[in-house]
Amino acid sequence: MIKVEGLKKAFGRQPVLRGVDLEVPSGSITIIIGRSGGGKSVFLKHLLGLLRADAGRVLVDGVDLTALGSRAIDRIRERYGVVFQGGALFDSLTCAENIAFPLREKTRLGRAEIAKRVEMALGQVGLEGVGPKYPEEVSGGMRKRVAIARALVTEPEIVFFDEPTTGLDPILVNSIHHLILDLHRRFRFTAVMVSHEIPEIFEIADTVAMLHDGRIVEVGTPQVLQQSSNPVVRQFIRGEPDDRV
Amino acid sequence: MPDRTVPVVLRPIERLGDSVLTSLESLGRFGAFFGSALFSTVTPPFKPRAFVARIHYIGYRSLIIILLTGAFTGMVLGLQLYLTLSRFGSEAFLGPAVALALIRELGPVLAALMVTGRAGSALTAEIGIMRITEQIDALTVMALSPFRYLVTPSILAGLVTFPLMTAIFDVVGIFGGYLVGVELLGLSQGTYFGEMRTFVRLDDILTGFWKSLSFGVVVTWVCTYKGFYGARGAEGVAQATTQAVVLSSVLILLWDYFLGTVLP
Repeated sequence: MIKVEGLKKAFGRQPVLRGVDLEVPSGSITIIIGRSGGGKSVFLKHLLGLLRADAGRVLVDGVDLTALGSRAIDRIRERYGVVFQGGALFDSLTCAENIAFPLREKTRLGRAEIAKRVEMALGQVGLEGVGPKYPEEVSGGMRKRVAIARALVTEPEIVFFDEPTTGLDPILVNSIHHLILDLHRRFRFTAVMVSHEIPEIFEIADTVAMLHDGRIVEVGTPQVLQQSSNPVVRQFIRGEPDDRV
Repeated sequence: MPDRTVPVVLRPIERLGDSVLTSLESLGRFGAFFGSALFSTVTPPFKPRAFVARIHYIGYRSLIIILLTGAFTGMVLGLQLYLTLSRFGSEAFLGPAVALALIRELGPVLAALMVTGRAGSALTAEIGIMRITEQIDALTVMALSPFRYLVTPSILAGLVTFPLMTAIFDVVGIFGGYLVGVELLGLSQGTYFGEMRTFVRLDDILTGFWKSLSFGVVVTWVCTYKGFYGARGAEGVAQATTQAVVLSSVLILLWDYFLGTVLP
């Protein structure tokens, strides 16, 4: 389980996180929603250990990430898989090499076994035959799928998705969401996703948390969020313009 | 942004303090960056493939520009020194004059400046783009050190390629001087190379070698650092690249002067 307590972060004199509290149950899909510039990606970077908090704790199965040195954080990261907003695929490597990269660098598997797992991973995301192509040669949706395959190929316990559907058309958004749901059912990883996709995310989330003004203002099942009386949550879910709140 | 609670009269001092602190922080980060790179050179896992790839990237791909600039530098030196020396009836010393100028000074400096322009800028841009497209973060969250893949192999490759590029620059330059002095202006081949053998000592060659070795570290250190930390957005990558080339070039010239005063 991931537990975040009183997480604070400011850049210069600009506070971004003002005391975030959140619990992510093991094996669940937790989706963090909120307006652009509201600190969702900054929050995610704290869970990944990419940013140091000014105050507060990030507990991964009871271990406080904020109190660890870089080597100890790496041991926690061994359990992570991450899908970045733009995919973050290595552009000098082919799609297959991208997926093979963590296996090649972090395991002692032989070439044949790695190739087999890469083929399997490509199959799981519906991209058979795309392996030899470079990321720039495939579409945005395919790149996201390759990124998902790379994140899952090491069979991580916790997978983070940073706006995995940004810039995709509604059909691809649904397709990626269903892919994530399908893979989650098969591998039972804990998923933490940052997303803007309302209402699509309500179909796949176990828990939804709304981050606003540096704090979690509402958290619960999709039904709880959809029936929230909090005006900020209602405005965001309905996509109402600013002057309503 | 200045704190509004600070009295107006103290705000310039506050701003000065801010900029001093920022500069010190940058300097500290610059040093820590090199420290991390050094740490990765002595602790496993080592990345020989990345190292070889960097030698190809920094060295092999700079070869044509080194050959061209080396040849023309030697030819210009041959021409100008011949004209100058012939006024004193000392054109016999053209060979050692060209060789010493190239080996001690122009070879290491010009080769380093050329490699900075070609490979250093590309290094900064490549790492900067990897930073803004989150490829460096991707390495980090895979529990893989970006230093081992990007920074350390580049600095080690700089140590290998800069002396090699300098040696090639020197040889091609000396041949350029030969073309002008001997083939064009009629100096005898024996005089050109014979006097060179008499006057060029091992110390001169070592001076050029130490210079090129240190330029290799300075350039790759600056260029990888600027890409790693300097880039924010496409414009940031462009700025970081410019800063890397300018800072590397200035440091090459400053360091060259410093080494010139301490080396024999």
